[in-house]
Amino acid sequence: MGRFIVQRLLQAAVLVVLVATVVFFLGRLTGNPVDMILPEDATDADRAALIEALGLDRPLHEQYAIFAFNAVQGDLGTSIRYHEPVMVTFLSRLPNTILLATPSMIIAVLLAVPLGVFSALRRGRMLDRVSGTIAVLGIATPNFWLGIMLIFLFSVQLGWLPSGRMGGPDHYVLPAITLGTFLVAGFMRLIRSSMLEILDSEFVKMARIKGLSEFRVIWKHCLRNALIPVLTLWGVFMAGLVTGAIVTETVFAWPGIGRLTYEAVIFRDFPLLQGVIIMAAVLIVVINLLVDVLYAYVDPRIRFG
Amino acid sequence: MRRLPWLPIAIIATMVIMAVFAPILAEHSPTDQSLIKRLKPPFWVEGGSMQHLLGTDQFGRDVFARMLYGARISLIVVGLSLLVGGGVGLTIGIVSGYVGGKLDAFLMRLVDAAFTFPAILFALLLAVTMGQGLNTLIIAISLLLWANFARVIRGEVLALKQRDFVSLARVHGCSPLRIMATHILPNVMNTFMVLATLNIGVVIVAEASLSFLGAGVPPPTPAWGLMVSEGRGRITSAWWLSLLPGLAITLVVLAFNLFGDWLRDRLDPKLRQL
Amino acid sequence: MNDGLVLDVRDLHTHLFLRRGIVKAVDGISFSLRRGEVLGLVGESGCGKSMTALSLMRLLPKESARTVNGQVLLEGEDLLTKSERKMREVRGRRISMILQDPQTSLNPVFTIGNQLMEVLDRNGGVDGESLDTQALEALRRVRISAPEQRLRQYPHQLSGGMKQRVVGTIAMNRAPSVLIADEPTTALDPTIQLQYLNLLKELQRKSNMAMLFITHDFGVVARMCDRVAVMYAGRIVETGPVREIFDRPAHPYTSALIASVPKIDDDTDRLYAIEGEPPVPYALPQGCRFAPRCPFVEERCRAAYPDRLTVGPDHTVECWKATAA
Repeated sequence: MGRFIVQRLLQAAVLVVLVATVVFFLGRLTGNPVDMILPEDATDADRAALIEALGLDRPLHEQYAIFAFNAVQGDLGTSIRYHEPVMVTFLSRLPNTILLATPSMIIAVLLAVPLGVFSALRRGRMLDRVSGTIAVLGIATPNFWLGIMLIFLFSVQLGWLPSGRMGGPDHYVLPAITLGTFLVAGFMRLIRSSMLEILDSEFVKMARIKGLSEFRVIWKHCLRNALIPVLTLWGVFMAGLVTGAIVTETVFAWPGIGRLTYEAVIFRDFPLLQGVIIMAAVLIVVINLLVDVLYAYVDPRIRFG
Repeated sequence: MRRLPWLPIAIIATMVIMAVFAPILAEHSPTDQSLIKRLKPPFWVEGGSMQHLLGTDQFGRDVFARMLYGARISLIVVGLSLLVGGGVGLTIGIVSGYVGGKLDAFLMRLVDAAFTFPAILFALLLAVTMGQGLNTLIIAISLLLWANFARVIRGEVLALKQRDFVSLARVHGCSPLRIMATHILPNVMNTFMVLATLNIGVVIVAEASLSFLGAGVPPPTPAWGLMVSEGRGRITSAWWLSLLPGLAITLVVLAFNLFGDWLRDRLDPKLRQL
Repeated sequence: MNDGLVLDVRDLHTHLFLRRGIVKAVDGISFSLRRGEVLGLVGESGCGKSMTALSLMRLLPKESARTVNGQVLLEGEDLLTKSERKMREVRGRRISMILQDPQTSLNPVFTIGNQLMEVLDRNGGVDGESLDTQALEALRRVRISAPEQRLRQYPHQLSGGMKQRVVGTIAMNRAPSVLIADEPTTALDPTIQLQYLNLLKELQRKSNMAMLFITHDFGVVARMCDRVAVMYAGRIVETGPVREIFDRPAHPYTSALIASVPKIDDDTDRLYAIEGEPPVPYALPQGCRFAPRCPFVEERCRAAYPDRLTVGPDHTVECWKATAA
């Protein structure tokens, strides 16, 4: 188990370095960052000054070294729009995203597990068909459109819920639904299909031979095994969650790192975007690592391989 | 014949017709602006007319025409992205699977990383550094696709490698390149087709999302995602601007997903766990 | 109730409802088990042996199979008419089963101890022992080495033979009246098979448990069973005491099965294999189902299914060629 963790840590570190490098080179090679920063009426002198200030006149590998050196210390540059270190901006917005994402995920799991399990148990019947349809719709509906339509219905037409920004509990409802929908749909389908497979297993038959109650058979023997694919595929869900967060926060003007990313794009704030991406990589990698450890704990074949 | 998924096929066909015959079907140009005709609602709402079936936007542009041309953009993006992203994934999958060894291990690590890292971030980065445009968009979406193709195709190739006709070719002294091109490639095309179909929905949503975030096709080219974004500010008064294109996206993606599922069940049921 | 019969199966019919049609997997079989007796149920793959076992336990796959007729009298009570709740009380306690593949019979994510505890007596068993003590006892009964360690281990850390012993002790822990063993050694290493069979036999003798031993191997039957029932295409074609069957097999299929057991002092070059294939399950012939492969086939064999005939003490057969005792 210890070896497993160390291995994953190394992989994580490599991934972050890889992402940072790619981001660095994409920024330098596919365009001149200076052009994006300067206003249109900048003079050549302004340009030259900025180039020197940013160190863009130095050879590429030197730039990279400086970049890496700074990055490791937590200095990811300064945001053009906010005039403050990227790291600071990122960290100030991060809690807001966590506040939105966490309840969304918890509710998604709480909904998806029973739906998935019961869909598998009552395969082909009403519940299965209905939840299956909802899941398919959930996956097909673009996040941003769902958010806008929800705002239209519940905020504009009905006036029940606010249309955006952070605030009291009612501000969380629509964004959480928007963000959570694809999670619920994805989890539910996964749990359903893995339950169906497991229900046919010999060890389930064995559990029944023992005379265990149906409750025990399903919720002890089946579920634990059914959740394993959810953990192994967590990385993919995580990537989707980040994508969803960017879109959702943009639609609902939620002041988190998703919206920060959007602002960086709209305002062509390259340092900010670069920094956000690298920090996002770190965040993703850390969370995936934690999930991997959880997975190793849940599946003894990994723990005592 | 009876088990064909008729509704999805109908929706897909409609979209294709819309895209192909856009110039003929549209009475107006998608980009002509007209201050007088701003914000007219669809024909079934009070204030609307048959002149502009689905109304007009804040610049007076005909929504129906924009939807038609938007379908075109979507299909073009789909086609090119599948070609590039799918093609790259296919190649990497075949090479990785056939050659094996350290190369395979390395490439699969890369694939794992690609799966866990949201490609949208790179897509946004590209949009900012390379500028908005069709090229950028295609590259960005290809980044999203290649890993899935690479992994699945590699799996197929691993199984194919064991088959006799491959051993036979090797005994005959065929070079690996030749084997990969003439023996392996044709046999994975089935899987490739199914995979491509299953990913069309992903591409459309990705393109729409990127357009929505301002990193897709640049205005004034009509793209459904962009239309939703542009209509967002006026959701209170001109709801049709966001609702209609979004609805189209949902229906089309749904149709492609269902059709893809059906195709997979017919051609390659092993792919079920995707 | 008491003719000494622990299990009395009468005219059992179990059908499989598949897309292509209905398969009469168990097509009217009857047999009985006395206390302390081991009955072998022999036949090729697909003859319906496992389906029979699942029918008795009422563990058929709900969507595709159903017992459509018959009685399964366990100590006088018909299991087929019980509610699922009542059946659950019966399973594990009065009738139990050992499955074929030890690799998949145990849940991979729980320890051996955890899975064993599920069949132990919360109230402390016979002498009020703790759960741990009971668990260790259970493992020692099947001669598993280092039982304390095993309790904390996971299935994948045990060998196949050891896993099957665990399965065995779980199945027998509550001293069921009937134990069904569905090819328990087929998936084990040949070197381990004998050991396991001996263990099973010993435990059966000690507890005087009635056992239904399902196998395709007549050699195992000779070793383990007191009586044997030969099954073919959903029907039992011959039943009788093991000695009697070996000395005077009345059905050509039985003879063929006995002949196909390789003997160490045999002089032959080739292994005997029965020619042909069992009938397609969707299209069972009208007459005797073994007719297409039978070396003694006659016209009347194809015309109608043979009646059951008694050809010796406790020895019945369904064959036109047999002569009554």
